[in-house]
This record gives sequence, C-alpha cells and structure tokens, in this order.
Amino acid sequence: MTGLRPGPFATALAAMTAVFLLLPLLAVIPVSFTPKRFLSLPKDSLSLRHYQALWTKPEWGDAIALSLQVGVTAAILSTLLATAFCMGLWMMRPRFAGVMAGLALLPMVAPPVVSALTLYYFLRTVSNWNSLVVYDGWLGVAVAHTVMVVPYAVVIIMVALSQVDRKIDLAARSMGAPVWTRIFAVILPNIRFGMVSAFLLSFVLSWDEIGVTLFVTSIKAITLPRRMWMGLRDNVDPAVAALSVVLIVLVTIVILGRLIWQNRSPRNSR
Amino acid sequence: MSRLLLLSPLLLFLGLAYLLPLSGVMLQSVTTPEPGLQNYSAALGDPLVWSVIWRTLRVCLCVTVLAVVLAYPLTLLWLKGNTATRVLVELAIMIPFWLSVLSRAFGWLSLLSNRGLINSWLQSLGIIAEPLTMVRNEFGVVIGMMHFLIPFAVFPLASAMRSVDDRVILAARGMGASRMRIFWQIFVPMTKSGIVGAALLVFVFSLGFYIVPTLLGGGRSVMIAELIYLRIFQIPNWGLAAALSALLMVSIGAFLVALIKRAGVSTT
Repeated sequence: MTGLRPGPFATALAAMTAVFLLLPLLAVIPVSFTPKRFLSLPKDSLSLRHYQALWTKPEWGDAIALSLQVGVTAAILSTLLATAFCMGLWMMRPRFAGVMAGLALLPMVAPPVVSALTLYYFLRTVSNWNSLVVYDGWLGVAVAHTVMVVPYAVVIIMVALSQVDRKIDLAARSMGAPVWTRIFAVILPNIRFGMVSAFLLSFVLSWDEIGVTLFVTSIKAITLPRRMWMGLRDNVDPAVAALSVVLIVLVTIVILGRLIWQNRSPRNSR
Repeated sequence: MSRLLLLSPLLLFLGLAYLLPLSGVMLQSVTTPEPGLQNYSAALGDPLVWSVIWRTLRVCLCVTVLAVVLAYPLTLLWLKGNTATRVLVELAIMIPFWLSVLSRAFGWLSLLSNRGLINSWLQSLGIIAEPLTMVRNEFGVVIGMMHFLIPFAVFPLASAMRSVDDRVILAARGMGASRMRIFWQIFVPMTKSGIVGAALLVFVFSLGFYIVPTLLGGGRSVMIAELIYLRIFQIPNWGLAAALSALLMVSIGAFLVALIKRAGVSTT
C-alpha cells in the first residue's frame, strides 16, 4: 500500500467527524428507554413502553402499513416506467434523447420544496376531476412519490444498460428477432440486477420521503415519516426514539450484510 | 411504434404530473392574484424576505465550508486507512446516510435541546447553571444540515481522491518532499475538482432544504424553502410562494449549470 497516508492531525479530525456523524444516532438509544411521556433521560428505571406503543397504538401500525403500501406501489411504478424509458433510449437512440433524459431527471435536481409545491398543486387540481388519485389519498401520495423517485431509477437502469454489450442485441436483431423478443429475451435478463436495485432504491426513498409528503397529505394519508414529523413537531414523543432505534438497527444490519457480502464476493465470483 | 410505447409512458407521466403543474406554479407567480410582476416586487421589496435570503446564504455558506472541510479528512481515512478503520468509517458515513432525516433530527433534538443530553450532563457536572440554547436558532440548523450533508460531500471527494495516481506521491516522497508539502502542494491541488464539486453539490442541496431547518430552527431561523412552506400552509399566499419558488429554481439552476460546466471542463 503506497500513496498518501493520513497524518495524526487528519486522523484526529476524521475521527471527530465520524463521532459527530454517529452521535445523534447513539443519543436516541437512552431516550427510547425513558419511562416518561416526554423527551427525557431515564433516571431510576428503564421502560419499554415506547417500543410497546409502536405495536399497540394503531396510529404507528397504520402509518407503517401505509408507508409499505405507498412504497411498494411507487417502487413498482417507477421501476416499470424507468425500465421502459431507458430501453427506449438505449435501443432506438431517438433524436432529442438529451432533452428527454433531462425531463426524466428534473424532479431530482429541482429544489425539493419547489417539487413539493408543484405536486401539491397537481393533486389539488386533479382532485376536482377524479376520486382515485387525490390530495391526501394513498394513491395520490404514491403518484407524488413516483415522480420524486423515478429519476433515481432512471439513473440506475441507465448504468445497468451501459454495461450491456450492444452486440448481443445486434445479433438478435440480425437473426430477425422482433422488438419484443429482443426486449424480453435479450435485454431484460441482462439488466435484472439493475431493475432490482432500482426497485429497492425507489422503495427506500419513498419509505423515507417527507419533503413532498408534508405538502400532499393532511389528516388521512399519514405515512410513517409524516407520523414521525407529527411526533417531533407538536411535542416531542419518545416513541419516535424507539422507532428510530428500530430503524437504526435495520439500516445497520443491511449495511453490515452488504459489507460482508462485498468482501466475500470477489473471491467467489470469477 | 415500439419507440413510442417504450418512451412515452414516463414522458407522459412526468409531463402531466410534473412539468405541467410546475409550469402552472410558475405561471401563478405572474397571474395570482392579478397579472403582473407585483409578486416579485412584493417579495424583493419585503425586508423580511431579504432577511430570510441573507440568512439562507449565510447558513448555507457556513454549512458548505464546514461540511467540505470535515468530509475531506474523513474521506482520506475512508480510502487510505487500514482495513478496520475503513470499515468503521464506512459505517459512520453510510448508517446516517441511509437513516431517515427525521430520526437524525430527533437525535439532535435529544442532544441539543434545553432538557437534552448535553445540557443535563453539563448541569449535573456543575459546569453551567442555565441550559445553553443550542436548538431553535441558527446553531442547531447548521449542526443538523452539516450532519445531513457531510456524506454527500464525501462521495465526490472520494472519486477525486481515487483518481490520484499513487506514483505521483511516491515520486514526491522519493525526491524528499515532507508529508506536509506532499499533502498541501500535491494531493490537495490534485483533488481540487472533487473539492469544488463537493462544495457546489452541498451548497445547491442546502439551498432547497426545509425539513431540518424547520425542526431544528423551531420557526425562529426561517430559511427560504421554509418560507415557501409557510406561505402555503400558514399565511396562504400562492402568488408570493410561487414567485419565491421561481427565484429559488432560477438560482439553483444557475449553480447547476456552473456545476455541469465545471464537470465538463475537468473531464476534457
């Protein structure tokens, strides 16, 4: 291992930054065990009442169920739309491809509050015309989330397609395969990992989405982040701490699992 | 035919659900309540709006500088440390990155609030008598936004640092350059594109933020994005909110163009 090694000063600064990044995550652990009903440290006794509240109070269970429902819907929609779109760009190489890609990525680069205002305006308007995709309804939230997460799915599918060898598509085409055979028998099997990643990332982004959700929901469609927001805004509810601990454990397991899998796979594959 | 079937669903979807209403919002800024530029003149003539704009710029600049300065050594350690360090640093970057912004804001609230962990700890040690005010002001906002944005600064820095050829460092060392000199005169200039990219990315992101400032600023240090939220849900004024959105969109667009130009220059 050659190259630059961080000196003691840089190491100390980096260690401080790492602690800074982990500090608020560690802070929620003691708070989640407080026996009191407000933000406080447990003094004499520990209590699991806030973890219990996550199970027993219907408001948390409903929020989790709604977030799952919205997240899966948004992830399916965004993966399908992004896959079709990217394959269209990749196979046909249409004119104005740059403009089309720009439109597809616009919700990712626009400031979130402007997108939120836009989607609020959209859902308020279409609420007058239909009763399915409406403001403060679950399908409305799912559509709004799809708009916000589809650019990320597009990026992932594009990357997956850029690694597909064009010659295999060319071979299929020269042997007279129709477009739909090329898509379903040649290209899709080659980008299936990209599609799975796009689905998972879309789901996670929708699961965590709050910026737009805050604008397009009010009292009925309460997703988990929206419920957490209420628990933080009105008066700080320690149940949010218990939920955060659960989420931290989940995220840590997934990241550790990925790290282990990554360190093992170079030896296994190829 | 198949081209249309593949491309049109997403284009139609985004056109109807995003581009059209976005144009509608932009149009509202010059038509609500009546046609004209009065929303812009009202926004730019309002000392409150200006104080919000200045605060936004001040906080975002502060956050950008701090986040990049702290992310730099962190990235260095992530890429160049020994295996155990690399895993620890990766966890410190990735766990907060993937965790909900609300959980992180909650963590900061429980650390920094008047009855929070830091204040009760300092008081029980007798160091301070009165709790320090660390949230519901700009300090809390800067801390929370920095925490959110450091991982975003790490990624461009990491890609710039990975592209530095180790042999250059080796050559400099072979010719007797000191560690300090290698770092400041060779390594930092060679990663300049990453530093500029990280700074622009963090700055652009921070301008549009409203969740963290709302929670940790507690309504006392309102930034431009939160002002738009308040102009819709507290004191409804569609025209003004739309005008502020247009201004925010244009300024962020200008920064993004700078970012893309920058990236274009550095790759050629």
